[in-house]
Amino acid sequence: MANLKRTNALPSRVTTASMQLGSVAACVLVWHFASTLRIDLGVITFSNVPTPQAVVSAIWQLLQSNALLPHLGSSLARVFSGYVMAAIVGVTLGLVIGRSRKAENWLMPPLELLRPIPAVAWIPLAILMFPSSEASMIFITFTGALFPILLNTIHGVEAVDPRLIASSRSLGASPRAILREVVLPGALPSIFTGLSIGMGTSWFCLVTAEMISGQWGIGYYTWSSYVIQNYADIVVGMLLIGLLGMGSSWLIKRIGDWLTPWYRLQGKS
Amino acid sequence: MTIYQNNSADYQHHSSDKSNRNPAVALGEINAQQLSIRLGTGVSEFEAVQAVDFNIQPGEFVCLLGPSGCGKSTLLGALAGHIIPANGVLEVDGQTITGPSPERGMVFQHHTLFPWLNVVDNVAFGLKMRGVNKAERHAQALEMLQQVGLHDVATRWPSQLSGGMQQRVEIARVLINKPRLLLMDEPFGALDAQTRLKMQQLLLDIWGRIRTTLVFVTHDIDEALFLADRILVMSPRPGRFIENLPVNFARPRTTELVTTPEFMQLKRHCLDLLSHEEGRQLPRLSPLGLPPETRIAV
Repeated sequence: MANLKRTNALPSRVTTASMQLGSVAACVLVWHFASTLRIDLGVITFSNVPTPQAVVSAIWQLLQSNALLPHLGSSLARVFSGYVMAAIVGVTLGLVIGRSRKAENWLMPPLELLRPIPAVAWIPLAILMFPSSEASMIFITFTGALFPILLNTIHGVEAVDPRLIASSRSLGASPRAILREVVLPGALPSIFTGLSIGMGTSWFCLVTAEMISGQWGIGYYTWSSYVIQNYADIVVGMLLIGLLGMGSSWLIKRIGDWLTPWYRLQGKS
Repeated sequence: MTIYQNNSADYQHHSSDKSNRNPAVALGEINAQQLSIRLGTGVSEFEAVQAVDFNIQPGEFVCLLGPSGCGKSTLLGALAGHIIPANGVLEVDGQTITGPSPERGMVFQHHTLFPWLNVVDNVAFGLKMRGVNKAERHAQALEMLQQVGLHDVATRWPSQLSGGMQQRVEIARVLINKPRLLLMDEPFGALDAQTRLKMQQLLLDIWGRIRTTLVFVTHDIDEALFLADRILVMSPRPGRFIENLPVNFARPRTTELVTTPEFMQLKRHCLDLLSHEEGRQLPRLSPLGLPPETRIAV
């Protein structure tokens, strides 16, 4: 792929990277001026927004406090457990619903009903349903990741060309082989789109989930910083969630690219 | 593998002498009586094929020729087992067709190679379904690719091949199962004229070597006349045979054939047959039936 790109004379890697870094730098610069000049536009005011410098020193403090690793570890464990369960449930249900109209009629109405419910609305019920707060937090990150994974899997399965399935039957594939050898690989690019989006939404729900945490977690850190009016720390928490979410989504995408090498060649039809 | 490895001398006179065919391997005699196929549901239901009778001999090359939407692909779909007939008898070697089988290999018009498998794994798919181990199925697949002249692209993805090469891989993928019937639904319809001609010659060459029963759907008169032992000409809605036309040109056939007076005469005859149906444009039917019915349950 790399040499293909080069022959098409696309912008070099250095140019691309400097453009991407430049855009981040520009955002920081705007933030810097808006917060140090305490710009007040009436509908929006930056007078209480911490400056980049304040945030940097807050990061420094967090790094020195030995609290960062427990915060990160707790959050990663929660997001990871919720996400893995959502991936298993979402892909399995998606395959079943995508393949069988009966399953679709039975399972989709309640799922469609649950889908628009935001993570924060689940908190009271999650506390009631799960004996440990850990389990309820994992449940909330699970609900966040489940629907993008489920819907993209269904879409991927339904988009598998019926002629490919017919061909495989004419080549002697049993129903199980059709699922394993045709439907699953055919839906894989779409499944990975769902897994990548689901990773993001899982982090998305983290602050909500960790509102019920007692002590640790990036979301808890962000929420408690707001409660104790430690504004610079809020931004630190936000940035950490953003970075971790972006990083893990990128990781999922790379795994997906690695598992579907044929897909990029098709021009993503 | 013996029937796949007949030498070229055998291929020279295969059409005049079919007696050396090993009857214990694959026969592939098709028998249809009063066969009707209905498509659609409720008020939109219609008879795509109406009470047709025909018999195709083992090793025979038959073209189903007719205008778009005449039901020829539907009939092919029924032979493959993807469409269940409404009435009548449809048998291969005395066995009623109840569903798809690797003994009845199907080649579609385009894009049915598995995009996630490379060329050799696509060809080896049928063997994998039979539980053949990897080394053995790769060896056989490479041999099959050699037969269609593509052994050097074995590790490529299908999307990296030209349309003609993809169709050759499709043919290899079907033939590796040693089918009694080879069913082809306008397999060269999407190719440019030059490639199509090459593919027709390649197909005749392969068929000369393996001599399976071949049912080939086309709307191209030249193609049907160049390839077939016999042409069944169909009329649309309801689909019926309006002519059973033997094509007795000597084999092996070369491109010179298409400019001979005899060829022209038969072509004129076919044009006359098909011209009766002009003015009616019907949507193209697929060997998988109508779109809403293509969802195949596990």
